[in-house]
Formats: sequence, C-alpha cells, structure tokens
Amino acid sequence: MEQNVQVIRIERSRGWVALQLKELWAYRELLYFLIWRDVKVRYKQTALGVSWAIIQPVFTMIVFSLFFGRLAKMPSDGIPYPLFSYAALVPWTFFSHGLTLASNSLVGSANLIKKVYFPRLAIPIASVTSGVIDFVIAFIVLLGMMLYYGIVPTINVIWLPLLLLITFITSLGVSLWLSALNVQFRDVRYMIPFLTQLWLFATPIAYPSSLLSEPWRTLYSLNPMVGVVEGFRWALLGTETAPGPILIVSSLAALALLVGGAFYFRRLEKTFADVV
Amino acid sequence: MGDIAIRVQGISKQYRIGKKERYKTLRDTLASTVTVPFQRAGRLLRGEGLDVAERDEMIWALKDISVELRRGEAIGVIGANGSGKSTFLKILSRITEPTTGFADIYGRVGSLLEVGTGFHPELTGRENTYLNGAILGMKRDEIDRKFDEIVAFSEVERFIDTPVKHYSSGMYLRLAFAVAAHLDPEILLVDEVLAVGDAGFQKKCLGKMGSVTKEGRTVLLVSHNMGAIAQLCARTVHLEQGRLKCVGPSAEVVSAYLSSSVGADVKSSWFADSSKPNHAEVRFSSARLLSVDEQPLSVVRFDSAFFVEIAYAVLVPIRDLSISYKVHDAQGNLVFEAMDTDMPEWKGRVREPGQYRSICEVLPSFLKPGRYHISLGSFVEHVKMIEKQESVLSFDVSEVGYPLNPGRLGVVSPVLQWKVIG
Repeated sequence: MEQNVQVIRIERSRGWVALQLKELWAYRELLYFLIWRDVKVRYKQTALGVSWAIIQPVFTMIVFSLFFGRLAKMPSDGIPYPLFSYAALVPWTFFSHGLTLASNSLVGSANLIKKVYFPRLAIPIASVTSGVIDFVIAFIVLLGMMLYYGIVPTINVIWLPLLLLITFITSLGVSLWLSALNVQFRDVRYMIPFLTQLWLFATPIAYPSSLLSEPWRTLYSLNPMVGVVEGFRWALLGTETAPGPILIVSSLAALALLVGGAFYFRRLEKTFADVV
Repeated sequence: MGDIAIRVQGISKQYRIGKKERYKTLRDTLASTVTVPFQRAGRLLRGEGLDVAERDEMIWALKDISVELRRGEAIGVIGANGSGKSTFLKILSRITEPTTGFADIYGRVGSLLEVGTGFHPELTGRENTYLNGAILGMKRDEIDRKFDEIVAFSEVERFIDTPVKHYSSGMYLRLAFAVAAHLDPEILLVDEVLAVGDAGFQKKCLGKMGSVTKEGRTVLLVSHNMGAIAQLCARTVHLEQGRLKCVGPSAEVVSAYLSSSVGADVKSSWFADSSKPNHAEVRFSSARLLSVDEQPLSVVRFDSAFFVEIAYAVLVPIRDLSISYKVHDAQGNLVFEAMDTDMPEWKGRVREPGQYRSICEVLPSFLKPGRYHISLGSFVEHVKMIEKQESVLSFDVSEVGYPLNPGRLGVVSPVLQWKVIG
C-alpha cells in the first residue's frame, strides 16, 4: 500500500529553532477561531459592549486636551489639540492593548498549551489581531471628529494601511518577547502598565515630534510608534512634518523587534508546556 | 499492514524538581544575581561544597522507551500513577520535548489528553464545538459536516445554543467528548478520557473507540480501566517508574500488572487526602473485606458469602450519592458492579455530612475460584463522577467448597438448579 505519508520526527531541539511559518499557515483556521473567540468573549455580557473600544482613547484625549492643550499650551502642529492627540491615540491604543493582552496570553492559555499541540505563535498573534475591531471603531470616531473640525483627509491616506501594519508588527514583536518571558518570570506581566506608560510619553502623542531637533528626532524614531503616530497625523490631518526618514527608521526598528521576538519565542517554546 | 505508524526509539524525559519554584520572578532573579556570588563565597570560606545547596533534583519521568506501533494497531499503555504514561503521550503529541531519543510519526496525529480543552464558558455549545474542533485539529468544513452527528452523540440538542456555563457537568463532558470522538486522524492518542459521564455514556464512548480501531486507525490508549484495555487493544505496554516493564498481548500484560500491583494479603486500604476539587464532597477513607462473622479476610471459600465494606466521609450534604465498587478478574474482565443505591431506600435521599460505611453482601457460590481486584467509585447518577480508585484491594476465591470442575468456563460460576424431565 503505497502512500505518500509525511514523517514527523520528534526529538530534542537545541539552540535556535526555525520559525516554521509554513506550519503556522497550516494552522490558520485555528488562528481564526482563536481571534474569533477573543473578540466574542471580550464583549459578551458587558454592559457597554463595543463602546469600551472608544472610551479609553476618548477619555485620554479629554484629559490631555485639558492639561497639555489648555493648561500647558502645548503646540500641536497647527491642528486643534484634541484632534491632534486623538489621531495619535487611535493607533496607540491598538498597540498598547495588543501588548497588554498578548503579554499574558500564554499564561492565560496554559490549559491549551499543556494539552494540545499547535504552533504557540498563534496565541499572541490572535491576541494582538483581536484588537483590530476596536481600532476600526476608534477610527470611525476619529473620522467623525475630523468632520466636526472640518478637516479633510489628504491623498496620503493610502499610507494608512502600511502604518497600521507597522503598528501591528511592533505590538506583536514586543508581545512575543514579553509573553515568552512572562511564562518563566511571572512578574513581567505587572511591568506592562509601567512600560506602556513610559512608552506613551516616549511617543509624540501629547506633544509633536517637531519639538525635537535633528539628529535627536531621527534617533528618537527608533521607537517605531513615533513613525506610526507622525505618519497618521500627516496622512489624515496634513501636518507639515513629512515623516520620510522617521518612518524608515521606525519600520526597520519594528521589523527588528518582530524577527528578534519571533526567534526568541521559538527558542523558548519548548519549555512552555513544562513551565507554564 | 506491515507499515509502521509510530516508531519510538530510546525516548527519555528528565524533569527538574526541587525546592525552587517552577517559575520565578524577574525581581528574584535579578536580586539573586547580586547575592549568589556572596553566598558561594561564604560557603567556600566555610569549607562546604559548592554544588550541594544549589542543585535541584533531576528525575527521569521516562527512561529509554522503545516501541513500534504498526498501522491499524490499537495498543494500550498501563501503569501506576506517576509511571510516565501521560508524559509519554505528551511527548508523542509534541507538547513537550524528549530529553534524549526520538520518535517518528507517520501520519496525522490527533491527541485526546483532556476533553473540553479550550471550552469557554461564555460561548454557546455550538460555538464551543467549532472552537474545540479547531483546537483538536479539525478543519472548518469537517466540523460543518459532522456537526449534527456530534450534537446527536452528545444528547444536548436542546441546549446547543445556550452558553456552556449553564450546562450541568454531565452535559459539558458529553459534548466535549462528542467533539473529541469525531476526530478523524490516522493516529489517535487517548489519555484516560474514557472515564467521563455515567455508565451509559461510557459504554457509548467505548463503542465509539472500538469502531475507530476497526476503521484501521492506529490508537494508543492510556487507561486505568483494564476492561477497556483488554477489550480494545491487541497489545499493551506496561510502564513502571518511567521504564518499559513489558509489552505484549493485552491479556498477559494486564494480568501480570494486576497481580503485581496489589498483594493478595492486603486487607484494607487507607487513602491519603486527594487534591482533586470534586473530592471535597465525598472522600474514601478505607475499604476492606469481611467474612460473615465480621472478620477481615483476603481469601474466601467459594461457597461462602462475604462483605465488602467501604468507609467514607461525606463532607457536604449530598443527594442521590452512590457508592459503588467493581470487581475485575485476573484477566481484567469486569465481573460485576454494585452500588449502594441499588437498595431502593437510599434512592433520592440526602446524606448529611459524617462518617459512613456502606457494606455489601456478596453472594456465595458465584465467583469462580481465582484472584479478583476491587475498584471503588463514588458518584451521583447521571450527574457527575466524584471519585474513582482503581484496583485498591484484591482477594482470592479459593476452591474450597467448589463442587464443579475446575476447568469450568465463564467469568462467573454460579451453581444453578436443574430439573431433568424425561
């Protein structure tokens, strides 16, 4: 009985492990179900349902507008301050939520990890991806705000999908590092709020990056969210700061985080079931 | 027919156990980076060995396991708790890596290490079926095709669109098992999941397992249920403390395992506290056999009655509790099962917290001479299983008082009345 059967060899892996993206692709249906589960569960039985997606960025914008916009009279590249900060908060919230969820995702799925085989990369990927719906809703509110202020988006909106992609890559990249670390060191999870707070202020959300002079500004865009946020504002609101070099540095930094995170994650993956 | 489905060669798994927590905090690790050098220096100065305090203990959960499974074969894996059975399955399921050795798997593997993995209480039965199916490795269109079958098997049609947090634990388990039972891989690895649900459902599960093996799939079944092993598997592997004790035809291996695991002169067993949450309701404390004049025994005459006494503590008021025991013969056949709710007085009654003993009288002139093993169970019929203790006691029925030919066939050997008319 001739059969072309694939053989899988099970043995100890040493050192750095291949990413095996082909296998991840083979499990794409499971990935879809995990995302679907995360999204469904997030909003079931909540009183405010989907509006949670906008409460955080909107309230942050209000607080920033009061304290930075009014009180501190922060410059905002010629755009009304609330719009200026909200346009940055939309991709930022996607990034930080993804990070918060995904960092604890492995520990939260401990029962799955101990009992079923599938590429573990699917778990943080699902966590980050499940935030896309929240992003879309917050984005719609952004469009509403632009309407209110009478600002028309520029032709550069075609760059928005790329910017979203960079946000996704950054969020996932950092999450891979953190979720893998969190399995071994459980207090990593408690460092996340602190980390996102710091990161928020290291990103030009409450203030414009034009406050910095070159070369500091380009160096500062090693924070991938710098490129994303400035890019968002440039594409939608037409700020003058065309983010060419910033965007390039940010994209490269994002990719480095992702690739490094993926390899680190895969290397630690074999210990997950034993330690989680 | 001659094709190999799984080849296991020298698989070993080492675990680190010890005083250290399995997971650490970053804070502690950073702190110890500073303090450890000082501690080591201190020990050096005092003349103590450096390694002693720091080394964790390493244990071999599995050592040097080699076995081959042919395609279409059903093989059982038995052994005491902690003998490495689950670790073995985990390695073959690629959940954990072996420390040394390798295994080659030819074909798609489906692993059933637990039922209901990934079930989320907020999702409905329908949604969880899809989710669980995907987790187990089924494609979406496969689940679509089998959906009606799965729901019919689980007997929860009416509730399929309610969130599973409203299900009774019986319904939950039935649905979970129904999904798992419809997995269609070439190689199926099953870890003791047959012990779900009430007796009727268990029989259905066993039947489904049986048809799976007949379809030519390769099955590896880990179980404590010797009857299931004997019924479903042609060969059995016996693991003892991580090593392969023996592998061979099921009847032989099971028989050898049962005789070695419990000595014939054990008259009673005392159970340590169990940590499983369900056991918080009823806990077995001991079991023993008594003669008609209430003396503990381990050998009973064929023609004499005897008593099985099970002592247990009820911790919360519980309605419809059943205390049962099963008797298996040396070949692993289940001879009979008896439960105290067979007596109508106890059906529907509530047992208040306290110490109880359920004592069962076993008929004389019924069990064939030979070695028998008793397993205990406590449950609420049709609702949930509370505790199971397999092979806790053994006893012998002697040939004293046996009027029939010793070669008499059959699992039981009653002496029945005949009338000859002619």
